[in-house]
Amino acid sequence: MTTDVRWAPAGVAVPLAEIPAAGAAGLAGACAGLQAAGARLVAMAPLAGVPEGGGLEALVVVANDAANRVGMVRAVFRPGVPYPAVTAVLPEAQAFERELWEDHGTTPAEHPWLKPLRRHAELEPGAPGHPFFRVEGAGIHEVAVGPVHAGIIEPGHFRLQCRGEEVLSLEIQLGYQHRGAERALLAAAPARRLAIAESVAGDGAVGHALAHCLAVEALAGVEAPLPAQILRGVALELERIAAHVGDLGALAGDVGYQPGAAWLGRLRGEVLNLLLELSGSRYGRGLIVPGGVRFGLDGAARGALLARLGPVERDLRAAADVLFDAPSVLSRFEGTGVVARGDADALGLVGPAARASGLSRDARRDHPHGIYRFAIIPVSSGDEGDVMARAMVRWLEVQRSLVFVREQLAEVRAGPLTAPVPAARPGTAVAALVEGWRGEIAHLAATGPDGALTAYRVVDPSFHNWAGLALALRGNQVSDFPLCNKSFNLSYAGHDR
Amino acid sequence: MIRILWERLRGGRRTSGYPDRPVTLPARFRGRPRLDPARCTDGCRACAAACPTAAIRTDPLALDLGACLFCPVCVEACPEGAIAFTPDHRLAARSRDDLVERGAGPRYAAALDAQARRLFGRSLRLRHVAAGDCGGCASELNALSNVVFDLARFGVGFVASPRHADGIVITGPVTPNMAEALRRTWEAVPGPKLVIAVGACAISGGPFAGGAFGLAGVPGDLKVDLYVPGCPPHPYTILDGLLRLLGRLEGEAGA
Repeated sequence: MTTDVRWAPAGVAVPLAEIPAAGAAGLAGACAGLQAAGARLVAMAPLAGVPEGGGLEALVVVANDAANRVGMVRAVFRPGVPYPAVTAVLPEAQAFERELWEDHGTTPAEHPWLKPLRRHAELEPGAPGHPFFRVEGAGIHEVAVGPVHAGIIEPGHFRLQCRGEEVLSLEIQLGYQHRGAERALLAAAPARRLAIAESVAGDGAVGHALAHCLAVEALAGVEAPLPAQILRGVALELERIAAHVGDLGALAGDVGYQPGAAWLGRLRGEVLNLLLELSGSRYGRGLIVPGGVRFGLDGAARGALLARLGPVERDLRAAADVLFDAPSVLSRFEGTGVVARGDADALGLVGPAARASGLSRDARRDHPHGIYRFAIIPVSSGDEGDVMARAMVRWLEVQRSLVFVREQLAEVRAGPLTAPVPAARPGTAVAALVEGWRGEIAHLAATGPDGALTAYRVVDPSFHNWAGLALALRGNQVSDFPLCNKSFNLSYAGHDR
Repeated sequence: MIRILWERLRGGRRTSGYPDRPVTLPARFRGRPRLDPARCTDGCRACAAACPTAAIRTDPLALDLGACLFCPVCVEACPEGAIAFTPDHRLAARSRDDLVERGAGPRYAAALDAQARRLFGRSLRLRHVAAGDCGGCASELNALSNVVFDLARFGVGFVASPRHADGIVITGPVTPNMAEALRRTWEAVPGPKLVIAVGACAISGGPFAGGAFGLAGVPGDLKVDLYVPGCPPHPYTILDGLLRLLGRLEGEAGA
């Protein structure tokens, strides 16, 4: 079945009128056809207003990575009319369809696990209830963890079905962090919108701020000047380096390898401090604004940053060499928490989790914006799909991002840091994609007839990837849950928003 | 093994000299704002209008650090230079009103009373509850335990169970789905116990204040013993607050 789709590069706004409409009845077939042609699902997000005939209109966004294009379709869901669930043919749609159902009452028939994503019947009277998945039989026991966990970590509930130490099934129930971020963003003034975007997942503030600003700029038809694009890239890669280094340290800690935990924990802070020099915040807040960046770097400041990067890089190599050379570490990393390539693809995983399972998928290469159109960072991937592969992909990415940061800082470019941002064009929609350290961050935005923002949907990479963690646990030991969880290190707030 | 020992030797001691030695943060770091109300011109509300979280009032000029996201929007909006951020990280306060900066100088957090200091002064165990935390504040709480900040050297640490804790650290605007878990965690902590609110979200709702859920941070029936503003607060800001609370830093110390 061929489907009419409006294709455009990511981050390029298209008139809503040019996006073909499709009935929900044919959506599953259409998505299956698109997938067969090389596309994957980026998002299903509600649009504003009620379509003619009632119900809900949603923007379905797919990406064809090889063709460097994203495609959009407007799907119309009729109230109370069941439609064939996309999830039945495309498992990667499962969370999107659950969210549309719980928020808007769409009715995906044959959805295999139609359970609320963020609403809990025991906390909210009137919310639809749904039992946890249960395994029955002799010797089967259940482990329940959360929402308040043992460490300094966000809340979520994990329900494990086990036979002895072996995990047969992990169900992840989230939603505790739901703040209504998108609704708040739509109601807010521009400065607050940016603050909300930075706070979708605060350990990925640069990536989300950048995706938000790319969306705002695309709707207005303006591009940030080159010096700003460079500093945006530097900040995004510094954020990636800091997060990956922190994750490697935390993985070392989870297998009881203290030298790695101590050294890499410190080095994460050193990289955050470079972001602090650049932006005034250890998480890069305040740097990226619609139209460009707020702060520049003169030649002396660039030199100072490069000088500080040297010892950090040297210590990082030493810490990583020691970590990946320790048999006690390798024996715990290797073969633990495997996600097969086919499963990663079916679930629509993104970021290091996808690349560790052999999927060559990186928005910096596939859907480049700004400086990434000129400075290509090689894509790092692995094959095994285990904790080791996810750790190694991170370390490879750290090294490649360091090269990028060095190259970009070496060139002093004078010029304006911001471009004026005119009013958004009416009746347009955009999907801005940024490869954050967890993977693809998508910010979808649409404007109404007066140019006002009417729809906004944030897709944190965690939204795709939590299902990957659930699969990774199968057949592993209960005691490996923290290690597997850390090897994904997903955002609860980013998922719940 | 030789490599580990060699790298360990080469690395040397990495723990910061704080609080005996001064903290030096970059010039761009946005810490305690400096207000100069005398520069305000009549009727100008540019800063207040620009502030993303309505943290600023004019006539007279006042900035609520509990709502402030420490973005420089107000500084850019002011035509008279009446607001500037300084790199001073010392921001924590004991009362909500002490967080309101009016240009009359800081009101640092005062120590607990003598009895509480006897109980907690040398050993304070805290349980963290993220209640809508974006991950920013949690990251900085985690950073406190790395070798640089080394929270343990002050006798302060985070524990896994509220049953082992002397108090809770709350981050996030307290989402509806976390309200019950937060209340139960608080009830599980044996008394006497402390409440510490870390970050703009926990103190006021931050960028999520109001909205469809009416988010406002720590619920009113939990008496907060220490407010640590920031978005997120720098680890030194949190440390400063904790050490002042325990009576281990006073006045202008710990700069």
